[in-house]
Amino acid sequence: MQFDTVAEALNMAGHGAYVWSVYGVSLVAVTVLLLGPVLRSRRLQRQQLALLRSELARQQRASQSNAEGEE
Amino acid sequence: MWTWFHKFGSPPWLYSIAGSILRWLVPITVILLAVGAVWGLLYAPPDFRQGNSYRIMFVHVPASVVALAGYYVMATAGAVSLIWRMKMADIALRSCAPIGAMLTFLGLLSGAVWGKPTWGTWWVWDARVTSMLVLFFLYVGIIALYEAFDNEELAGKACAVLSLVGTVNIPIIYKSVDWWYSLHQPASIKFTEDSTMDGSMLRPLLLMIVAFYCLFASSLLLYMRSEILRRESSTNWVRKLVLAKAGQGSANAV
Repeated sequence: MQFDTVAEALNMAGHGAYVWSVYGVSLVAVTVLLLGPVLRSRRLQRQQLALLRSELARQQRASQSNAEGEE
Repeated sequence: MWTWFHKFGSPPWLYSIAGSILRWLVPITVILLAVGAVWGLLYAPPDFRQGNSYRIMFVHVPASVVALAGYYVMATAGAVSLIWRMKMADIALRSCAPIGAMLTFLGLLSGAVWGKPTWGTWWVWDARVTSMLVLFFLYVGIIALYEAFDNEELAGKACAVLSLVGTVNIPIIYKSVDWWYSLHQPASIKFTEDSTMDGSMLRPLLLMIVAFYCLFASSLLLYMRSEILRRESSTNWVRKLVLAKAGQGSANAV
């Protein structure tokens, strides 16, 4: 370990603001790169499921009204 | 070889194989990034001339190197998509663009922040920095071009052509620090001779480069999976997949 205290590690002899801000932005970038597509996939799957369910409900309604018509 | 080629062209096969690769690749990526970042931030010794500001290198160099390598992957996908009309290559091309744009942005931003304490300025219009900015615009251009077309096939062709034309920029970026003398230093890691960097700094840097390559691969597979889902949403296999997942979800809820 190159630093004795947390304050020293944060300050980095005056360069702390530069170094830590870059690592902060990198953390955000990595999160976006890994989580962004996962959230997109989930949203697409949810949309598809909603579409399938409404299709299924429509089919059920249609078959019900057909059955009632026959009676 | 052709069986493999055909398999690669099958969306369900690629979707499932990418899923099984990601199960171990994502944890490895996160571990490598965490170890590399802690090593670079806290354990690598300070530079005798730049002090601690050089620790930005552990992000700047890997992000820039992988942003460049990502362009090769994208241009190769562009060529395959143009020559063999392979749908998966078009999906790979489209998936590379946001990752490359993000990594190039990170490389440029970290370079600017590193430049302030080292060069005394955030930005210089030298060959390396400007050609990296052009790379960023190329990635953003591909994203914009995809959005600009209603016809997906036409959009794919235009983007493939743009990605191939953009490869002209790559050797310029590589060689810029040797061809033009500027504030940006020449490469410290060399394949043909000894690196000009001490091992105590080189080791965490190499680890971070490997970590960023893994990050690129993970993100590419994740983006490709979501793009496959979008394009194949009306197919039977996606419907089955969605219903199976919903079944699992309701079973877990019970």
